[in-house]
Amino acid sequence: MVEKKKSGYWLTHLGLILGVLFIFFPVWLTFVASTVTQDAIIYPPLPMLPGTEFFENYANALFRGSPEGYGAKVPVIKMMINSAIMAIGITVGKIIISLLSAFAFVYFRFPFRNLCFWLIFITLMLPVEVRIVPTYEVVANLNLLNTYTGLIFPLIASATATFLFRQFFMTIPDEMVEAARMDGCSPMRFFFDILIPISKTNIAALFVILFIFGWNQYLWPLLMTTDPDMRTIVMAIDSMIPTGDDYAHWPTVMATAMLAMVPPVIVVISMQKFFVKGLLESDK
Amino acid sequence: MDKRVFFKGWWLPALLVAPQLLISFVFFFYPSGQAIWNSLFLPDPFGLKTEFVGLDNFRFLLSDPYYLASFKTTIIFSTAVSVSSMALGLYLAALADRLIKGAGVYQTLLIWPYAIAPAIAGVLWLFMFNGNIGLASYYLKALGYEWNHTLKGDQAMFLVILASSWGRISYNFLFFLAGLQAIPKSIIEAAAIDGASFWKRFGTIVIPLLSPITFFLLVVNIVYAFFDTFGVIHTITSGGPEQSTTILVYKVFSDGFVSQDLGSSAAQSVILLVLVGILTVIQFKYIERKVHY
Repeated sequence: MVEKKKSGYWLTHLGLILGVLFIFFPVWLTFVASTVTQDAIIYPPLPMLPGTEFFENYANALFRGSPEGYGAKVPVIKMMINSAIMAIGITVGKIIISLLSAFAFVYFRFPFRNLCFWLIFITLMLPVEVRIVPTYEVVANLNLLNTYTGLIFPLIASATATFLFRQFFMTIPDEMVEAARMDGCSPMRFFFDILIPISKTNIAALFVILFIFGWNQYLWPLLMTTDPDMRTIVMAIDSMIPTGDDYAHWPTVMATAMLAMVPPVIVVISMQKFFVKGLLESDK
Repeated sequence: MDKRVFFKGWWLPALLVAPQLLISFVFFFYPSGQAIWNSLFLPDPFGLKTEFVGLDNFRFLLSDPYYLASFKTTIIFSTAVSVSSMALGLYLAALADRLIKGAGVYQTLLIWPYAIAPAIAGVLWLFMFNGNIGLASYYLKALGYEWNHTLKGDQAMFLVILASSWGRISYNFLFFLAGLQAIPKSIIEAAAIDGASFWKRFGTIVIPLLSPITFFLLVVNIVYAFFDTFGVIHTITSGGPEQSTTILVYKVFSDGFVSQDLGSSAAQSVILLVLVGILTVIQFKYIERKVHY
């Protein structure tokens, strides 16, 4: 800071605190709504402080599902397990296939190497939303609707992670390979014993970004899952809110919304250092 | 850019790239090819046979007032989301950058909404602005302003912009903060000694030095507003009222899955494909500059 005026200092804090409040406010209201009775919500205004129904509402949502009959009565814990399987499947799948192919691109010369690289590189460009109808048909033809495989694999087909690992491998000094080869180290041994350990921070950074990407998927599970037992929490919440003038059971809906936010937020906050690194380097 | 030293053999690397190539072909190239192929055909209303119509689907789309309206909606929506979330992100980053101590605490407090799914953000804002029970609509009514985004298009638009920008501030904040912290303090101090005020320094030094990152963020935010906001729109308005919040990607979904108009939906996918392709090329032209931060 260049100036040292006292008033400027407090105004800076004030501005930031207003920003933080704007960010927090909707989440605070959601939390309050998840701890009160239905009556406290449908006769507005909503109180500003949490009520007494915390355990009641969360237990209801987690183990019994929405009581009003909007959306099938699937316990939210089931949806969270589905979300976790999808998020971790996408994350681990992407990291594994990208580590392998980036290793091949950087440390080998093979026929059609450039062509393969460009084919993978092009997939960077298109989000799944653009090719949604034909991708749905492919998955339907493979009999993968309502399966975890069908939820996970189409979202692994993207090159962001490959591109990042390639960039990182390029910065590793050549002497490493030279030394390894001189000691008679096989390529896969080099990969497992040297490359993976030194890529640890990059893997962690990608893990955070991809976990959030996977957990927050919406359109794809919405199309893919007709079986209520396969729904993920982020997509299922919409079906708990009726359109028109009917009332949703808001305490359950809001408890579900909180439960949908908690896992990715915990990942971001507990792995903040990796998250910032991953975000600034991968932008996806 | 190639390594000098490498391993020999070709079957091992072929094996290593095989999984990714296979997945890309099955779930990427084949469906994208299908989208392009389908865009040239028109299925009959009973779905029994399809007729080759060449570029007619595109010609029809470009003269369809609903499609053109959706284009306009997308432009208004993505501009509003990008500009407002970037402006707020820059504002907060500039404030945090002024602090010697405590910037880290504010960073933690500001970045976590990145983890909130757009669909969930939609639910939170829908709850606040719900016509019957929402807190915001209750107080607006008390002030004499009738809020009903299920009937009024401009209110619906405002709400989806608000919900989409809200979750995006943290992303822009983080990039702007990294950009600001990369600016050498000596430049700022030299200008201050020469008597330049805060705003003068901000306008003539900070903004120009931030321009590459601003440009990069603009492209990324437009891509976000084009595609990732699907969840916000689906939960809050479902594209309504009267298509006033139907952005392009929502129209692909509603024409393709709800109305089953496959030829038109495929043609729309191809148009989106071209748009996002252009945006990505622009982004990659500038990625070299971006890595300096």
